[in-house]
Amino acid sequence: MNLFIYDQTFEGLLTAIHDAIDLNIKPDNIISTKSFQDDLFATKHFISTDSDKFDKIWNQVKENSNEQNCQRIFKAFLSESSDIEMIIHDYIKLVIDTPYNVEVNFSEDSVLKLNNIQKKVGSEAQRVLMFVRFQKTTDDIYYSSFDPKYNVIPLTVNHFRNRFADQKWVIFDTRRKFGYYYDLENVREITIGKQKIDFGTGKVNDDILHVSERLFQKLWKSYYDTINIKERKNLKVHMQFLPKRFWKFLPEKDFKMKYVLN
Amino acid sequence: MKPETVNKLKISANAAKYDVSCASSGSNRPNSGKGLGNAAPWGICHSFTEDGRCVSLLKLMLTNYCIYDCAYCANRKSNDIRRTTFAVKEVVDLTIEFYRRNYIEGLFLSSGVIKNPDYTMERMVSVAKDLRIKQNYNGYIHLKSIPGASDELQQQAGIYADRLSVNIEIATENNLKMLAPDKNFDSILNPMNTIKNKIIENKEERRKFRHTPRFSPAGQSTQLIVGATPDSDKHILNLAGDLYDSKNLKRVYYSGFIPVNSYDKRLPALKEPPLKRENRLYQADWLFRFYHFSIDEIVNDEYPDLDLEIDPKLSYALRNPWIFPVDINKASYETILRVPGVGVLSAKKIILGRRYSKLNLSNLKKIGVVLKRAKYFITCNELKAPTINELLPENVRRILLKENRPVKQFNKSLYKQLSLFPVN
Ligand code: SF4
Repeated sequence: MNLFIYDQTFEGLLTAIHDAIDLNIKPDNIISTKSFQDDLFATKHFISTDSDKFDKIWNQVKENSNEQNCQRIFKAFLSESSDIEMIIHDYIKLVIDTPYNVEVNFSEDSVLKLNNIQKKVGSEAQRVLMFVRFQKTTDDIYYSSFDPKYNVIPLTVNHFRNRFADQKWVIFDTRRKFGYYYDLENVREITIGKQKIDFGTGKVNDDILHVSERLFQKLWKSYYDTINIKERKNLKVHMQFLPKRFWKFLPEKDFKMKYVLN
Repeated sequence: MKPETVNKLKISANAAKYDVSCASSGSNRPNSGKGLGNAAPWGICHSFTEDGRCVSLLKLMLTNYCIYDCAYCANRKSNDIRRTTFAVKEVVDLTIEFYRRNYIEGLFLSSGVIKNPDYTMERMVSVAKDLRIKQNYNGYIHLKSIPGASDELQQQAGIYADRLSVNIEIATENNLKMLAPDKNFDSILNPMNTIKNKIIENKEERRKFRHTPRFSPAGQSTQLIVGATPDSDKHILNLAGDLYDSKNLKRVYYSGFIPVNSYDKRLPALKEPPLKRENRLYQADWLFRFYHFSIDEIVNDEYPDLDLEIDPKLSYALRNPWIFPVDINKASYETILRVPGVGVLSAKKIILGRRYSKLNLSNLKKIGVVLKRAKYFITCNELKAPTINELLPENVRRILLKENRPVKQFNKSLYKQLSLFPVN
């Protein structure tokens, strides 16, 4: 039994796949150091991440298909699903070994699996674009918490940088405890202590909330409540499009606000 | 921004909410340097109301005072309702503050007519102009043009807005005149023509001078109220088709009539708004725009109204059993598109996938074909199940009706329409 152990990074995973192909071994599993438990009977390959090896695989995939396909693989990786390493391994091997572009050959198992996963990741990223809500703070930073199922915040940074180029903002992943801060020039990865933000509700503490913030949340909630057409009420669809897990971050869905504000 | 804005906002939003033409798609205005905002070509929903509609734009009326008296409108002058008028700056500030918090994709601004069409339109144009010029805002703006406003103002509106619309509301001129005595087709079609010509002219100019500012880059749209008048689906869809062709419209919206003025006896008394019919019209609209159907194949003298029980594609299939079964491994893209249970995406995947190997049932399932519908209309590598021709159309109809839970189907398909196929 062959185990490949990598450092949790995407570069690490592609290095592992490179080495497996190089050694002509089909791994029984590829796992990250985080989930690795020692197995006495396995042959263990500890991978040291190597950007040249990464480039080699990345470029080979690109040559045999296209840039978008590379992005798809990266998206699938962000799913953090437990069997994702082997799916990506099988997929990359198939892409490299097949003389034509297999990316749409859905009769291949790994093509289908990878596509389904990357699609889910893509739609979670889309939800970040939809449901992020910024709260303005006293130092004019627009802060937002999110709790995505998959590790998708990195996929959304460009969108927010383009759109909100003239305001400082933070998007913080409360599940993975890291986020991004845009300071009008660059985007940086950051971590934040618990003192200023309630990770459960995503809310910024009152003492650093901008004086106008509550008013705009209230305006938005009034707007949202008003535009509902009661003759057309359809809660089932409502829940389907706006699943409950997002509600805690949305001022329009914050029932407590009614008491606070009125 | 003052606290009383909350009340204004409630009155105005309430007045504007029945306009359904609220998609924010179709524009790709980039953020110019370091300004605020950009328009995403696919549009983004930022919330959903309890009735399941996408909230993408801040939809406001600059004022809900109106000198006209349209029977189907809550803001008609003879109604005794709360009224309010926004200052230009109030709308600008609300838009900017909501946008910065990622609540919205942009602004949809309409207005009741005050004083005269030009005066009203001028104020709407100032909102758009201030947003673009003073605030350096590049998010989405949709202005609902005022019928009867001057060409000059329509033109200015198009310079600042991403999309313009002029609503027809009623599908026949006689009925329009009966319900909205201050309006006629000309006052609506003329601005549409002006906008259309401007868009064409602008495209020409942009070809020559790359830096010419865009004119209404997301085109124009209109809305038709369904069920307020006895007009048939055949009439409505043909009018829509004609508008798509002759006015280059990007979208026609169909809005199930909600009786807001039940005292007005010129209007029918409905127990509930005709939502199912509205949805069937959207599906039919989709068929002739993206599925290579002609309007005549969907509605004609023999079948002037859409079947409410089943979707128009299935209805077409049941009426035309002789074109089935379709061989999935051989038929053309257009033919495959006609199979109930096969959408545009799966049809494309079928064409791609069958290049490598013959497709069988499990391939089709993985591709996303809804087999429990499609199986009566196809043959593939292995399928020898009875098709529509052995079972007869009326039996297929019965089986599918039993299996379908129409409520769920209805909403899902509507959402898909709005999100999966951005209109460019
Ligand atoms: S002109 Fe517009 S706002 Fe005025 S009554 Fe007619 S539909 Fe309503």
